[in-house]
Amino acid sequence: MTTQLSDPVPATAGGRPPRRRRDRRPPWEEPPTPLGVFGKGVVLTLLVAAVLVPLWAVLVTSLASRETIDAAGGMVLVPREVDPSAYVTIFNGGQITRAVWVSTVVTVVGTTVSLVLTVLAAYGLSRPGSVGHRGLLFFFLLTFLVFPGLVPSYLVVTGLGLKDSLWSLILPSAISVFNLVVVRAFFMGVPGELLDSARIDGAGELRILTRIVLPLSKAVVAVVGLFYAVGYWNAYFNSVLYLDDNDKFPIQRVLQSYILAGQSPSVSGAAVSLPGVTAYPPTLAVKMAVVVVTVVPAVLVYPFVQRHFTKGVITGAVKG
Amino acid sequence: MSAAPGTARRARPQAARPRSQPRARPRAGLRARLRRDWPLLAMTAPAAALLLVFHYLPTLGNVIAFQDYNPFVGDDPVEAFLHSEWIGFGNFEALFTDPLFWDAVRNTLTITAFQIVFFFPLPILLAILLHSLVSGRVRGFVQSVVYLPHFFSWVLVVTFFVQMLGGAGLLAQRMREAGLRPWDVMTNPDTFIVLVTAESVWKDVGWGAIVFLAALAAIDPHLYEAAAADGAGRWRRLWHITLPGLRPVIVLLLIMRLGDALSVGFEQFILQREAVGRDAAEVLDTFVYHQAIATQQWGLGAAAGLFKAVVGLILIVAANKLAHRLGEQGVYSRS
Repeated sequence: MTTQLSDPVPATAGGRPPRRRRDRRPPWEEPPTPLGVFGKGVVLTLLVAAVLVPLWAVLVTSLASRETIDAAGGMVLVPREVDPSAYVTIFNGGQITRAVWVSTVVTVVGTTVSLVLTVLAAYGLSRPGSVGHRGLLFFFLLTFLVFPGLVPSYLVVTGLGLKDSLWSLILPSAISVFNLVVVRAFFMGVPGELLDSARIDGAGELRILTRIVLPLSKAVVAVVGLFYAVGYWNAYFNSVLYLDDNDKFPIQRVLQSYILAGQSPSVSGAAVSLPGVTAYPPTLAVKMAVVVVTVVPAVLVYPFVQRHFTKGVITGAVKG
Repeated sequence: MSAAPGTARRARPQAARPRSQPRARPRAGLRARLRRDWPLLAMTAPAAALLLVFHYLPTLGNVIAFQDYNPFVGDDPVEAFLHSEWIGFGNFEALFTDPLFWDAVRNTLTITAFQIVFFFPLPILLAILLHSLVSGRVRGFVQSVVYLPHFFSWVLVVTFFVQMLGGAGLLAQRMREAGLRPWDVMTNPDTFIVLVTAESVWKDVGWGAIVFLAALAAIDPHLYEAAAADGAGRWRRLWHITLPGLRPVIVLLLIMRLGDALSVGFEQFILQREAVGRDAAEVLDTFVYHQAIATQQWGLGAAAGLFKAVVGLILIVAANKLAHRLGEQGVYSRS
């Protein structure tokens, strides 16, 4: 096994130059058949619609008035007016406001902790030949092979007194070795001469990391940061395991109890409210507003890091 | 090596040695190397400590599978662990004679097989389709849109499906208006396997295509040109150039999926288990959760978890061996 867990990085470090878009059909290629063009168009349209129509319907319904929703008999596809009352309701304090706040705090703190520790460890592991390098690398990579069971993990987290603490949503999942390997691969691509010259000038390791290596690695740090942030924002199950206190529920947990918990045969989508939150069931518009609030962060950060995806995904997924 | 010009010796003589060149390992004593490398160790330590506590400690904690673990014999889990009775393979005997456990195993394997047939090829097809688009703008737009659901949580994905296809969703609404009898796929156990696969496809088909797109971009265009000159039509080029070019990646990912056969996702099933019932939605992971934490049969749950971990490890190692056998590079990673 030792040999199989050998250092996966060198193969990835260079990376392929970004693919160039060819906007013209090469001369040797036969002209497209009408049927082919039509087929592709239909498939692509369906694909895009499958993603955008649900998003659109949720957004429009969240902004619809009660009358419009009643007239449509449920989800609304055609906007009649913009009625922000659902958003006023959920941001007026109470469970959802609190949940958004909790999720924001967990995401910001968690991403910071994860990113700092990942970058430090990735740098610490980026120097083959340093003391304990092989052993430490093995220690990190072995996590891909052996897994803690759910039960012992639960016992460790509760045994540390983290039950009902927001740290239980952060610490157990703080380090993704997958992300760490990606960052490390990038660090190892930084030319050694650069580091040497800094060292000769008397810079310590921390200084080399922050002044030289990190500025050269902004892209990978951004992508890994996004992965961590999305992970924290989307985390649902840890809160089921470790949190009993309604006031500490993150947004995913609240969304689940608003929309899915009341789902039962034949009356799915029936209104259900969290105990002690609202005396009356939330309206469809309010539910959809919660969905929108849960979606928005992902949609907002997405464009900024999208162009770096390929690099991150390929480095990690294929050559792990 | 001798790369370092002997200038600028600092207080720590060894420090001037270029460390970025791996093989040049002079016989510096361990103390000297420690003095040189301790910042690196210190930087690695916090992450290593977290893994030790939250990954390796629970991995060792799997030994409670051999205990009649009782959380009430101590004030905290550690004490309870020390005072719980060791019962050998008792939990495993109970587990292997539990029909519910075998139901969960069967569901898991059925869903894995189903998804390998009906989900696995889709990102490949999507990548080929996207790659064939001439207009970079259209391709960019479609890519942006189809990657997006990957960033949604399972709660959101299931929510979208409920609101679109559920009993009170958009589709049912429209069908009612049209005078048809709506069906509710969200609560139907018979079609559950199709539903979860559809959800996985919706969430990850675009994301899965990225890897294949990169592999497609790496295929030498001259191959296509030469084949075309030799009279190969588009389908023959697809068969003789594109697919062989993708083969390494396909084999690799397929093997990884096989190695991960006992995992089909957890939150997705926990979220829908109530709606469709246990018979269809109980997979190994949800079984562990319900045995241990929901019904407090800790030992049994831990035994099921350990079973999954051990079989999973065997599968991964076997899959990797298979990859080597097929001449592919072995991997260890969660895709």
